[in-house]
Amino acid sequence: MEPLSPFAEGMTQGVIRYQRCMDCNTPQTLSRLACTLCGSVRLRWCDSKGEGAVYATTIVMRAPSQAFSALTPYTLLLVELDEGFRLMAHGTPGLAIGARVHARFAEHSGGPLIVFHPEGDDAYPLLITGDRA
Amino acid sequence: MTSAFIVGVGNTPFGIHTGRGALDLMGDAAELALADAQLSRRDIDGVLCGYATTLPHLMLSTLFCERFALCPSYAHGLQLGGATGAAMLMLASDLVKAGRCRNVLVVAGENRASGQSRDVSIQTLAQVGDAAYEVPNGASVPAYYALLASRYLYETGTTEADLADLAVLMRTHAASHPDAHLRTPITRDDVLASKTIAAPLKLLDCCPISDGAAALVVSRHQGDLPCASIRGVGQAHLHQHLTAMASVLECGAGAAAQRAFADAGLACRDIDYLAIYDSFTVTLAMLLEEIGFAERATAAQRVRNGDFRADGPLPLNTHGGLLSFGHCGVAGGMAHAVEAVRQLSGRAGQRQIDKANHAFVHADGGVMSSHVSLILSRED
Repeated sequence: MEPLSPFAEGMTQGVIRYQRCMDCNTPQTLSRLACTLCGSVRLRWCDSKGEGAVYATTIVMRAPSQAFSALTPYTLLLVELDEGFRLMAHGTPGLAIGARVHARFAEHSGGPLIVFHPEGDDAYPLLITGDRA
Repeated sequence: MTSAFIVGVGNTPFGIHTGRGALDLMGDAAELALADAQLSRRDIDGVLCGYATTLPHLMLSTLFCERFALCPSYAHGLQLGGATGAAMLMLASDLVKAGRCRNVLVVAGENRASGQSRDVSIQTLAQVGDAAYEVPNGASVPAYYALLASRYLYETGTTEADLADLAVLMRTHAASHPDAHLRTPITRDDVLASKTIAAPLKLLDCCPISDGAAALVVSRHQGDLPCASIRGVGQAHLHQHLTAMASVLECGAGAAAQRAFADAGLACRDIDYLAIYDSFTVTLAMLLEEIGFAERATAAQRVRNGDFRADGPLPLNTHGGLLSFGHCGVAGGMAHAVEAVRQLSGRAGQRQIDKANHAFVHADGGVMSSHVSLILSRED
């Protein structure tokens, strides 16, 4: 079992974390041991504001596990965050590629889930606190 | 220059083989490949074996050797998702060219359909996603490819009806192969009306889960019968997870293909048979276009022109591909190479195309993550 990553730890605290290279400032998608651009191993974890644009979208009709079958149909997204990294998460129904979105945290089956909402949709409390780095 | 030849091929029918385990199926295919190569067990001094999700084992290659009664001087397993078979053929080629082995048996198979429940299959495969960033979202392999497809359709203007035409072609080809899993003819409307799995992908955009096995023998010597040489090889690995895939228009397929073409001293225009991985319809469209066998956004148009039919100028997956011949894991991708060898050596029976000199084989593993290209040439 892999230890809990700073990203997964952030998820339990309602924060989207990402890495940035301390040498060339490149933001990193997923967890890295070295910068994808310059190879530096000096990466620091930052908090994202949770705002970005939809890069890809699907509606899942058939879930891979019982825990998610109850949610079907659900919208999955790839979102390009404004800080320059990409993230897979849930989204509200009907979001199209290019739509501006912001993240909110939800809970499902005892675990945290990021759900992106359309910009300006303030129906749910915003749990993200913004960049605290 | 030393060459590597594929001197024998074999496959079980793909579909449902209730009561048959992974080793049983691998044995069936290996027996057929040895007979096809006119070689005996003691001629095999190398064994490369693909993983089986229904039989996870630390040493599957030698487990198979013991059961199949082989005592090679070189053996191990290999894991590269759907690209495993092509990667094993590339390695087998290097092994015989280096003088390490005379005859390498490349084999894989599993009872993926009957050996476990569909839910277990789907859950096992979903783990190709990132454990921290992707899997916790309830994403499945069709969902990863659906996300990819949404972006691909958005960037290229390709439509769902375009993708459907690729599924129809694969089913048409499978209808003429007695070993294919799915042989009932389908239309574009059938594909479009099939139930949505993960939009925009519908059931008939997705390959089935099958039981089956395939095997090939790669040799330093050509033998007496027509066969295929492994003329050029190339790989590319740009990402592992969909989230980290930089562009749907440059996933690594083109880079792997260019390496294989350079290795072979050939170009796209020299190729007259295509064996291209097709886990989903969108996979096939993306690979055909990125490698250069169709201009961007025109793969479906080439299908409608009849270009990829068995009697067309550039036949594609005449066995029916993963979409209709079936997908049993590693062997699913190997079936493309098996059919390419049969076509090049004039042994494809009623599916035989006009004389082909060079075949292009391409497989990808993960979510368009690992790419392996092979160029096979006819050897009379």
